[in-house]
Order: sequence, then C-alpha cells, then structure tokens
Amino acid sequence: MTRPANTITRYTTVNRINHWINAGLFILLLVSGLSMFHPILFWLSGLFGGGQWARAAHPWLGICLMVSWVGMIIQFWRENLPNRDDVAWSKAITHVVRNDDGHVPPIGRNNPGQKLVFWSMTFLIPVLLFSGLLAWEVYFGKATSIEVQRVAILVHSLCAFAAVLVFVVHVYAAIWISGSVRSMTQGYVTPGWAWHHHRKWFRELIAHRKQP
Amino acid sequence: MSDMQSQDYVRRSASTMTPPSARNVEDQVAKLIDVSRCIGCKACQAACMEWNNLRPEIGHFEGSYENPNDLGPSVWTLMKFNEYENEQGNLEWLIRKDGCMHCEDPGCLKACPAPGAIVQYANGIVDFISDKCIGCGYCVKGCPFNIPRISKTDHKSYKCTLCSDRVTVGLEPACVKACPTGAIMFGAKTDMQHQAAERIVDLKARGFAHAGLYDPPEVQGTHVMYVLHHADKPSLYSGLPDKPHISTLVQAWKGLYKPLAVAAVALAAIGAFFHWITIGPNETTEEDEAEARREMRETEEEQAP
Repeated sequence: MTRPANTITRYTTVNRINHWINAGLFILLLVSGLSMFHPILFWLSGLFGGGQWARAAHPWLGICLMVSWVGMIIQFWRENLPNRDDVAWSKAITHVVRNDDGHVPPIGRNNPGQKLVFWSMTFLIPVLLFSGLLAWEVYFGKATSIEVQRVAILVHSLCAFAAVLVFVVHVYAAIWISGSVRSMTQGYVTPGWAWHHHRKWFRELIAHRKQP
Repeated sequence: MSDMQSQDYVRRSASTMTPPSARNVEDQVAKLIDVSRCIGCKACQAACMEWNNLRPEIGHFEGSYENPNDLGPSVWTLMKFNEYENEQGNLEWLIRKDGCMHCEDPGCLKACPAPGAIVQYANGIVDFISDKCIGCGYCVKGCPFNIPRISKTDHKSYKCTLCSDRVTVGLEPACVKACPTGAIMFGAKTDMQHQAAERIVDLKARGFAHAGLYDPPEVQGTHVMYVLHHADKPSLYSGLPDKPHISTLVQAWKGLYKPLAVAAVALAAIGAFFHWITIGPNETTEEDEAEARREMRETEEEQAP
C-alpha cells in the first residue's frame, strides 16, 4: 500500500488481521442470532442458506469469536486500562459528541469510549459463549435442566442486545471520526489526526521517537 | 406432522401477521384420558408407533414397567407408572399416559423462532410442521410439560400430533382407537368435559373424594385432559405438574422485550445517522497537521544536543 511519509502506525498488521476476523465473526453472529431473535428478522437466516444452517453455524461462530477475542485481549488490554485522564474526558462528553474538541481535555492512546467498547466486549463475549453453550441443543441439550437453559437463553439474549448496542456505537464512532477506518484498514494515522484526537499519545510518541 | 390444514390456523409460531384462518368453525376437540380406567397395557403406545410409523431404537431394561424410559423423537406417548401408598396404607398403581397436552396457550409455539414451524388449528390441536423446524430447541424451553424431543439425526423437534391427519378426516386418534378399556376417549371438548363430570361423580361415590378433571387453567386449558382419582395432587402421577404454566423466564424473553430490543437497536442506528447529518464527521484539518508538525519540530529541537 502507498503510505504517505511521516505517518504514525496506530494498528500493526497483526492488530488489523485480528480485528477484522473478529468483525467478520461478530457480523455473522449478529445476523444469525437476530434471525432467531425476532420473526421480522427471520429472513436473515436466508443469508446462511436457511434457518437450520443459521442455527447450526451460530454456536461454532461463537466459539471462533471467543478465540479471536482472546487475541484482542492479549494485544489491547494494557492500553485500555483506565487512568485519571478518563474522568476529565468523560465529564466533557457533551463537547465530544458536538465535535467541540477545543473543550475536550487531551487523552492518551485510547479514550474512555474506546475503553468502554473494549471492556464491554471483554465481559459480554465470555458470558455470551457460556450461556450459549448451555442452550446449545445439539451437544448440551441434556447437560443441564430445562430451567437452567431458560435462564441461559434469557441471559444470552440480554447480553446479545447489549453487545449489539456497543457494536452500533463502535461502528458509528469509526465513521464519525474521520481517519479511524483507515487506521484499522491500512494501519496508519496522520500526525494531525493523532494530535487532534489523542494528544497525549501523540506527545508520548514524539518524545520517544528515535532520531532518523 | 404434515402441513395439510393450512386454512384453519388460529396461531402460527414466529408470525406477526394473522395466520390463514378462514376455515375456523370447527369444534374444539379434546382427548380425555380416564386414568382410573387405565390398565397399563400400552396398546396406545403400540398404536401410536403403528399409525405414525415410528420405530424407536431398542433400549435397555431399567427395572421399571416404563418402556422405553423416556419420550423421544420417535416416542410420542409413554405410559408412566407410579406406585403410591395412600393414607390407608394401601398400594395404588397410578398409571398415566404421558404426551403432548395440546395447551390452549402453547408455550412451545410462543418460544419457537421459526415462522410456521408450530401451529395451532381451529380445533385446538397444536402441531409441529417439521420441514419448517430449525432444531433450536426453544420449544423444549417453552413447554410447561417437558414434552418435545429433538432428533439427533435430523435435528427436528417431535411430539404427539393428536393424530391431526386422522382427526382431519373424521377419525379418532390411533391411541383412542386401540384402548381396550375405553380409558381414552375423543370428541368435542365440551362433550369430553361432560363425560368426565359423570365419571368424577362415580369415582367420588366410590371413595375417591378428590377425584377431578385435569384441564389446567394456567395454560387456558388443554386439549388432552385427565380424569384423576387424586386431582388435588397431580404430581403423584409421575410428575404431572400441579400448576403448569409457561415459565416467566420464557414470558420475559418472548414478551415485550423482543420488540423493544429490536426498536432500541433501530433507534440507535437512526440516532447515529442523525448525528452524522446534524453534527457531522469530526475531520482532521490542515491546522491540526500544522500544530502536529510544530510540536514535532519543537520536541526535536529540545532533544537535539
């Protein structure tokens, strides 16, 4: 790919491959899961070749997502640890959503919104996997009582709902903040992008930059 | 069963529109099982296998008259035996023919996510339209009586059809036809209730003070009813639920939450769209780039020896 001079690497190749495997699995899970959630969305199962296929594929995709998400945790947990700057940034959330960035305090590599996405998914995906396993008729239909399965499926649908909302926020934020999508597809941001959106991260980078 | 009566649906799973229901003047039907007249011969089980062409795998003897041990994808009705010692210290052998109760408010149908995989006909019969079944097992979670069983070979859910194919052409279910003591009866639900009432008077006269009809109102009644000598304690009959109801967990999952969750997700997406057209993208400007270059230059100068 052609990459302009003086740009900053935001996501490494491994970061990006892992992220897009994740994204693909999440979307397939979303589509197959929604088809079994509400009748007006049952047609989505046609994308899998019918209801039986959507039902059969969904749990396997879930297992793959869990494996993929472990990769994300390993790569991203450290930079998503909360810090003091998060409080000030969160208090300025009304300025953030209005693009009034002059009133938003400088933040490090990830802002609290991004951290919320990361930690929400880190909580929701394992809960979804576990509750999903309990409701997996083919292999675990007789493993627990029907009452346990009823609880599991309710928890599963509640967590899935939360995960879908997090997903919508994540996708829109990526579109909203111009340059974010390129950072996850081609891996780089311009210095101006880093200065504008993640000033503390930008300053850390230039302070430790090796002289050419 | 087959999808042979497609114009007399009163309920259809996972459907938000009115099902085809022009042929809706049929009588409500019911099967009445008089437990007090059952001798446990299993003719009904054999007749069910015979008519429906079901051949369950041969299992193992587990020390009980119950054979096989449980309902299954090929076992739609099963005699259940319980030895009960009554208050007088006498043994009572309580035998109950288990199977789908054909609830007026079916939990399986409420839970099913596949459009048209479970239907209820105008006559009250709840039927699985197997080619539409996706094998998810939600009907198992919805059922208050633990009836549906999912096949491991074709991943479809099965249960008693109340011989909907026979009833359509004016025949009684195969189990009714086969019963040698007349313990299983079939007809209009009101007729069956009258029949039961007469029998209950008889049973009370013979010392069963708590004899009664099992037609649980919690599921708005059933289209398979029992005459029980101990109607005050249905659970004596191999775990027949005292108060069968669709689990509140299932009601929560399949109730208002479902449309509200879909609406909330749609609203989130619409909200995002309107944020885009009102506030719009957050762009990095040439001034940002200039500021970044200035800071980089300053840092380099500071670090230079």
